[in-house]
Amino acid sequence: MTEFTPIAALIGGTLIGLGAVLTMLLLGRIAGISGMLGGALFPASGDDWSWRAAFIAGMIAAPVLYTLVLGKAPQFEMPVSTLTSIIGGLLVGIGVTFGNGCASGHGVCGMARLSTRSIAATGVFMAAAVVTVYVTRHVIGG
Amino acid sequence: MRIVAALFAGVVFGLGITVSGMINPAKVLNFFDVAGTWDPSLALVMASALATTFIGYKIVLGRSAPVLANSFQLPTSLIIDGRLLAGAAIYGVGWGLTGYCPGGAIPALGLGRMEPWIFFAALVIGILLARFGRTRLDRAQTAAT
Repeated sequence: MTEFTPIAALIGGTLIGLGAVLTMLLLGRIAGISGMLGGALFPASGDDWSWRAAFIAGMIAAPVLYTLVLGKAPQFEMPVSTLTSIIGGLLVGIGVTFGNGCASGHGVCGMARLSTRSIAATGVFMAAAVVTVYVTRHVIGG
Repeated sequence: MRIVAALFAGVVFGLGITVSGMINPAKVLNFFDVAGTWDPSLALVMASALATTFIGYKIVLGRSAPVLANSFQLPTSLIIDGRLLAGAAIYGVGWGLTGYCPGGAIPALGLGRMEPWIFFAALVIGILLARFGRTRLDRAQTAAT
């Protein structure tokens, strides 16, 4: 069970959007996290690598800052097994590479540009996630 | 300067993931569990992130160039093909199995816990495998035409 947290959701979502807008304003780039990770791991040039690595480092620093400022760690619970986590991680890695993006690249940046490609991809991955949770929790697990 | 800017944007983005609760896989899975313990928070996260980005892009893309680069680099492809949709579907299954997307998992690495690193290692291997497979697929398709 997790509680519905509308205020935190709206503040957090706005910050995610601000991060994406800053990336465009300052660097002229889409804030797609899977693309950023792929580009940081397999750089086409040195210039491509450094800003992506810096953005990723900033993301990792965020929960540390959060904990320092608020004096408590953010809520975290991994409700699935290690094996499921590994299978899921592999599928996410393969999927975002062939699908050219994830929730941030397609779901936020692409949809904000009204890209039909991103709208189609977002519809498909959200639907696939809902079906997967339904099957694992209510068909197999139920 | 670009490094500092990217670091700052990454912190803002990561704080958004942290504050919104998207750093917590249990919360994301509950959003997808419409028939069970449904937590609608993610809908508001997506809506507010989208609204902010939509308005922000309108303003920013009115400029002739970004502050620290020569030009805006926007994806230009308009093709909706099997590869895009199959990739999105595979990604959605992985997201539904774990509650983690790349944007949620990377900030979670800073929580100082083991679980996100296990997911992350598998994610990196998945990207590696897919890049290898994509190169071979491209070659096969080029050879076939």
